[in-house]
Amino acid sequence: MYARWVLTALLAWPLLAGLVVVLVPARLAKYIALAASLIEFAISVPLWWTFVPAGGMQFTADQPWIAAWGIHYAVGVDGISLFLVLLTTFLMPLSILGSWSYITKREGGFYALLLVLTTGMIGVFVSLDLFLFYVMWEVMLIPMYFIIGVWGGDNRLYAAIKFFIYTFFGSLLMLVAILVLYLHAGRATGTYSFAYGHVLSQVAQLGPVAWWLFGAFFLAFAIKVPLFPLHTWLPDAHVEAPTAGSVILAGILLKMGIYGFLRFALPFFPGVALSDTVQLVIVILSLIGIIYGGLVAMVQPDFKKLIAYSSVAHLGFVMLGIWALTLQSVQGALLVMINHGISTGALFFLVGMIYERRHSRLIEAYGGIARVVPLFAVILTIVSLSSIALPGTNGFVGEFLVLIGSFRTYPIATAVATSGVIIAAAYLLTALQRVIYNPLTQRENEKLTDLTPREIAVLVPLIVCILWIGIYPKPILQRMEPSARALIELIKPATAQAPAVTGGGQP
Amino acid sequence: MNLDPSVSRDLLLSLLPELVLTGWALVLLLFVAWRHQSVRDLRIAGAVTLIALASTAIAIWWLWWNRAGVHGVVSMVAADDFRWVADWVFVGAAALTVLISFTYLEREQLLAPEYYVLLLFGTIGMMVMAAGADLMVIFLGLELMSVAVYVLAGFDRRRARSAEAALKYFLLGAFASGFLLYGIALVYGATGATNLVLIGAQLSTTVKPSAMLLAGLALLIVGFGFKIAAVPFHMWAPDVYDGAPTPVTAFMATGVKAAAFAALFRVMYQAFASVPAWHDILWWLAVITMIGGNLFALGQRSLKRMLAYSSVAHAGYLLVAVTAGGVAGTSAFLVYIVAYTLMSLGAFAVLSAKGRGGESDVLIDDLSGLAARRPWLAFALAICMLSLLGFPGTAGFIGKWYVLIAATSAGQNALAAILVLTSVVSAGYYLPVIMAMYMKPEPTEAAHVDVCLDRWARAAVATVVVGLLLLGVWPNPLFDLAKTAGDSVHAVEAGTATAAPVAPGGRGGSGQR
Repeated sequence: MYARWVLTALLAWPLLAGLVVVLVPARLAKYIALAASLIEFAISVPLWWTFVPAGGMQFTADQPWIAAWGIHYAVGVDGISLFLVLLTTFLMPLSILGSWSYITKREGGFYALLLVLTTGMIGVFVSLDLFLFYVMWEVMLIPMYFIIGVWGGDNRLYAAIKFFIYTFFGSLLMLVAILVLYLHAGRATGTYSFAYGHVLSQVAQLGPVAWWLFGAFFLAFAIKVPLFPLHTWLPDAHVEAPTAGSVILAGILLKMGIYGFLRFALPFFPGVALSDTVQLVIVILSLIGIIYGGLVAMVQPDFKKLIAYSSVAHLGFVMLGIWALTLQSVQGALLVMINHGISTGALFFLVGMIYERRHSRLIEAYGGIARVVPLFAVILTIVSLSSIALPGTNGFVGEFLVLIGSFRTYPIATAVATSGVIIAAAYLLTALQRVIYNPLTQRENEKLTDLTPREIAVLVPLIVCILWIGIYPKPILQRMEPSARALIELIKPATAQAPAVTGGGQP
Repeated sequence: MNLDPSVSRDLLLSLLPELVLTGWALVLLLFVAWRHQSVRDLRIAGAVTLIALASTAIAIWWLWWNRAGVHGVVSMVAADDFRWVADWVFVGAAALTVLISFTYLEREQLLAPEYYVLLLFGTIGMMVMAAGADLMVIFLGLELMSVAVYVLAGFDRRRARSAEAALKYFLLGAFASGFLLYGIALVYGATGATNLVLIGAQLSTTVKPSAMLLAGLALLIVGFGFKIAAVPFHMWAPDVYDGAPTPVTAFMATGVKAAAFAALFRVMYQAFASVPAWHDILWWLAVITMIGGNLFALGQRSLKRMLAYSSVAHAGYLLVAVTAGGVAGTSAFLVYIVAYTLMSLGAFAVLSAKGRGGESDVLIDDLSGLAARRPWLAFALAICMLSLLGFPGTAGFIGKWYVLIAATSAGQNALAAILVLTSVVSAGYYLPVIMAMYMKPEPTEAAHVDVCLDRWARAAVATVVVGLLLLGVWPNPLFDLAKTAGDSVHAVEAGTATAAPVAPGGRGGSGQR
């Protein structure tokens, strides 16, 4: 019973709640939104126990939607999407609670958009129909565009339209590629359907056109990840977005690109994705992302921008791990995705909290505040250490697995990537020192107040996750393993028989 | 119901919607001959127009329901699903135009009920165009429509810009009609027929088309290209759209364009299906129209001019559907034109609320902060913009998606790629409208105080928004309609003048739908 309606409920509930939030008076909006997101989380929690690791796609539902084109409402989760769904439902109540006093104008609209965004994000992770996936992929764009554009910082209009146009550009080319795949599968079998499995069963006979199609998918997902040099929208969007926007952008939206690679681009076009040329390009771009992201983060005067660039570096690790395609590296990459959502999300929350007090995000505006706000300092230290991947925190487990797993496939690249961990320590520890240690020089900082109970309530769940995954990641890895293994098996043998794999990019 | 046009009764039946509407137009003409002074007369005329359009829609529905069709004989008038669906689009566009005209005419002191008479005659012209199975009938409809719209464009005769628009439209339109007529003459010279089916039959046996035929075809395309405002025949569009009263602009951008496309479809696929030359011409026309329309729109700061160029860009998307062809292309065209009519009319309706004194100078930035003052109006315009952009969840996306399917299944992947890339460009001018409304502060407290729609226009805007969202999520009924309509055009193409099986009785019976 639960298995049949849970995903539909997870999709429909935030949408309904969003409608209610718009209609009620603005002062009630945040209470209703928080309640709705907690209920959403409660609906999703049993997924953790009822999920059968070796069970493949589960909790599936399938209903015809637009029969004329073979479009279905088809949803389901496996070990890859399960944690992304849980991460989404976990971060949403925290985001709403974190915006409690930050958002002061048009509250109804803000919380309604956050809820609609939830539907879009979960929809992306659970869609098993390419049309539904595309719709969800686009649908989450509009709420984010408004969140940045209406509630963002001074330069919000520029950041919002840049974010929109970058993503829109990539996704529309993907739309054409989806159509070509649909027609290809339809011509081959006589059944025209956007169902994931149906399309997947026919991709082996694509021939040279696969290069173009992979290019379209690659562009859409690489912009979202973001892979260097398509990352330029990210610092703008992150910095201008309100706290909840930054948390969701970093925590979940970036993961959609990775998820797209795992679910669509790699299984559909294994021959192209694992050809020497593409491997080389992606590994080099990931390395540039790791090193360049770290180096640029090092010189940022703005704390929020520093975190934004550190995201580019973290996502570089994820891409490396996925393309290495060993069990450890893929599992590690999946884990880094979750860790990044938790740690970077927590960092953005912390920056948002201190910004609310002092109205500055510049690192040099602070210094020595550990004496004034000790609790804040402790939590910032823990979160920063987890972002640096100190053993005992979640960050270590993920990056360690990625590096071990990737070393077998790309020894040199992995060696280079390891320096990214050192760079991360360099920029985050320096920033930490300049913000909370050093002498207390600025008089404005003497009056700062420490974390309120509400803010502690936002941060404690994140800290618990950081330590839990850092010490005992086994339950998560266990649930991921069969799906990760199945994915690798799906992709690996296919490369042996795919046509024109080593053709150097040309058929 | 099979109609035999050589029998008077059947001929009248096949022209029933046009006859009903003509009857009403004449009644209205008589009425305004006596009563054309006060606001009340204007309102009565508007109400009569709505009744006229409603009864015409019922007449169309009756014919559609009974599966009226002309089978087995060569007729000057086509009776097929394609025509009925196109007619509904024209009638719907006219009705929505009437709804947004009430306040507009009173506000701008255009107290002349002849406006509605012209609107009705223009609509009749469109219906004749969609019905024409003969080049002469199509030309007749085109002229009837054009003359009415020339006058409507210059309806605000006290304003120089309106007069300029009318004169420009008339002069260039007359040239275009000349091209079209000359094209018809050359095609007649080459094939000895003006009937589309006969031309098609003649050409299907010809191995190599003569130079005269190709010249005639080229002139026909120029003539149609002007009416649909395809680049490079679009030069008149921005000035005319800008100068004409806003409801008239809405009517021109939707109805006139739809009618010209409907006729273009019929001519190309029923008469010239076996001539490959025009495919390449339309391919290039589609490409430069999409690129040109979108790039020009990007530079506009006035909302009305932006919408004018955006309608050029949408003509490009529709041309993709024409180029793709086949049943899918025809169905895609119908779905797209329904969506386009709704979203365009919605955008112009909101624009007409904002403007004062001719409103041609409403800049996009003038909408700043509208969302705070008029949330529903801003919401409606935002939905229209997203739909024009082709965003999922709106009818505009469904239309674009259908066009893309038609293009890719016809092997036109490059055309599909150009379509989506130019759509990305269009985000650059649709989004600033949303941005101004939601993300910029009001310039002054009183900036939007007088922005208001009366209840008729509100009903029109509400219809549009609900329609856009509903079709965006549940387009199945529209697809079925468009699919059968698409089949009906190509059935003639496939089995020229041979009797097609006719299903007896009406629709809705088991197994028929």
